Amino acid sequence: MTKSIMIVGVGGQGTLLASRLLGNALLSEGYDVKISEVHGMSQRGGSVVTYVKYGESVDSPIIEEGEADIILSFEQLEAARWLPFLSVNGKMIVNTQCIDPMPVITGAATYPSGIIDSLVAAGANVVAVDALSLALEAGNPKAVNVALIGVMAKQTEIPYDVWINTITLTVPEKFLQLNLAAFDLGYNL
Amino acid sequence: MAQLMLGNAAVALGLRDAGCRLVSSYPGTPSTEITENAVKYDSVYCEWAPNEKVAVETAAGASLAGARAFAAQKHVGLNVAADPLYTMSYIGVNGGLVIAVADDPGMHSSQNEQDSRHHAEGSKIMMLEPSNSQECYDFTKLAFSLSEEFDTPVLLRLTTRVAHSTSLVESVNDGSVELREYVKNPQKNVMMPAMAKVRHVFVEERIKKQIAWAENCPVNKIEWNSKKIGVIAAGITYQYAKEALGAQASYLKLGCVYPLPVELIKTFVASCDEVYVLEQLDPVIERHCKALGLSVIGKEKFTLCGEYSQSMIKKVILGEENTSLSADIAVPGRPPVLCAGCPHRGLFNALKEIDTNIFVSGDIGCYTLGSLAPIGMMDTCICMGASVSSLHGRNKVRPEGASRSVAILGDSTFIHSGITGLINIAYNQTNSKVIVLDNSITGMTGHQQNPTTGKRINGDPTAAVDLEALAHACGISRVLVVDPYDIPATKAALLEELDVEAPSLIISRRPCALLKGVKHNPPFEVDAEKCVGCKVCMKIGCPAISIKDNKSQIDFTQCVGCGMCKPYCHVDAIKEGV
Repeated sequence: MTKSIMIVGVGGQGTLLASRLLGNALLSEGYDVKISEVHGMSQRGGSVVTYVKYGESVDSPIIEEGEADIILSFEQLEAARWLPFLSVNGKMIVNTQCIDPMPVITGAATYPSGIIDSLVAAGANVVAVDALSLALEAGNPKAVNVALIGVMAKQTEIPYDVWINTITLTVPEKFLQLNLAAFDLGYNL
Repeated sequence: MAQLMLGNAAVALGLRDAGCRLVSSYPGTPSTEITENAVKYDSVYCEWAPNEKVAVETAAGASLAGARAFAAQKHVGLNVAADPLYTMSYIGVNGGLVIAVADDPGMHSSQNEQDSRHHAEGSKIMMLEPSNSQECYDFTKLAFSLSEEFDTPVLLRLTTRVAHSTSLVESVNDGSVELREYVKNPQKNVMMPAMAKVRHVFVEERIKKQIAWAENCPVNKIEWNSKKIGVIAAGITYQYAKEALGAQASYLKLGCVYPLPVELIKTFVASCDEVYVLEQLDPVIERHCKALGLSVIGKEKFTLCGEYSQSMIKKVILGEENTSLSADIAVPGRPPVLCAGCPHRGLFNALKEIDTNIFVSGDIGCYTLGSLAPIGMMDTCICMGASVSSLHGRNKVRPEGASRSVAILGDSTFIHSGITGLINIAYNQTNSKVIVLDNSITGMTGHQQNPTTGKRINGDPTAAVDLEALAHACGISRVLVVDPYDIPATKAALLEELDVEAPSLIISRRPCALLKGVKHNPPFEVDAEKCVGCKVCMKIGCPAISIKDNKSQIDFTQCVGCGMCKPYCHVDAIKEGV
């Protein structure tokens, strides 16, 4: 059975490292893995999405409406945007951070309030996380992405030790302690 | 051991393992990472060429000299290289010549959605299309041997979802391939009418041989399951179909999309109750089937526009739909924006300060985002370099508007195909104003070096084009350099230059804010006591500035301290950070 995880956020938030860690962890567990992301124009502050699929044998690299077992959102509005992609039995992990998109900045639109409550009211199984606080607790706001990976890791079949090994192999030495600390804070939440 | 590889990285590994000696490319999403990965291999010489025509001709020269050679570009780039492509089909190769073209169905980062399979048919060049990273690797190697076997260049067609998806790859390095002997042979290599007439006959015979190959080759395969539904597919749509239909359908998977087999398709169609041709964009395979008199279902049930997907196929063929959740939230769009500190923002705002109705002839690059709100300073955008040449055309028929019209393009785009337009302006005399946004890098495709940066693809120092001297050499005597971070000074300089009755080249010079090594000031701050909430600073369209509780605020995680917003504040509430 193929499982589907989406990582969504705003271009420049560090979603690519998150998908790389996830891909490497899945690979070391012996799964067939496909990861799909779009480079280019959308990376300039636009809405970005990465699809990660794994199982015995994966065909399509993309995830569509109603198919994601887990959606990991780095930002609240992006969680709302991608909600239709969540499987009805899926789980959504949402970083509570908000980043205004240009239509909100220019006043052409407003940033919706009460997003988390609306997601829950829609029937989504939501885990809301203040990952910026976790990252600051670990020592650096840039560790937000690894703290979120920690929260998500708990929802997968991949053992804790495999995650630690993967982070150790993927992240540069000088940021390793910071990232391991951030991962643990997310994992033990 | 299998590795997780991006489709483009798998092509690059295939280049190394096929003994390819030379790669010449021009960056373009979604093809760029092929060359960026190939440069990591010492056995493969790699370069960024000024444009795709130069890249393909460079690879052609290496091939004729006896080396295995390669060029990569996006779909629209192959149009630029179409001239050498169509004639190299006649000449053929010495060392294998493989040309990758990356199509972008869905236009994730492109100005049109063209189907490059038409170029294969038009140029009569064999085309392979992989459906995952393993095939990207395998097909790249196969393409070189087919190129030498059939004496033809071979096209490798990728699409965004293959080029930018990561999957497992097993590889075998076949080691280096010797240079083939070069023998002077004008009958084959000099294409003028007498010789080309003979070579055209060769090309037509070659296609017949390739069709015979395609009937029974390792990349065109039938997978028998239920024969109630048959699917003919190539590339990523094969993966979508497999996920949607699984064992409920049989598949004819075509790895070679030009030329197409005949008997293999007839056999497959005859064995199935009904057959769907699943192909994104144009009905190339479908028309081939219908020309053979076969009854297949294609574009009458599927779209010509955008991408296919597993759920689309499931819905059309099986009538099944996914269920999904929906929340009562009005979600604003999040279009891409020029980054905080982007020097292009300064130039656009200086123009806007002069006159919001200035006609801006735009071009392809990050600065195309200047067409979106709140900047909104772009009238046209056609293709690489068209800003310059089309402005000249406009000014020929509307000369009175020349002082309120400009062309805008980046340094790399100017080198690609803006120079010839500039020469036309000087030669055929319009008072056209061309603005080169020189940010010291090729930006949108992710920071590639180019002939103006003084660095080669591997970072080695090299000659840099002197834009000022180049303009003079082209016959443009008025050349002006401005710093776009200083909006008031840029505005004043532009205002003066626009009214001069002569062509000008204006260089807006400031490195990309994301470039490594660019030093940033501490983030600016808003003094909430002074801020009156007038929102004038919002006009600049910086993503780091927003309004909270009727006061302007600057996001310290985004601001790079460029200071472009500061002069906009009438109450001096924006202050430098410490």
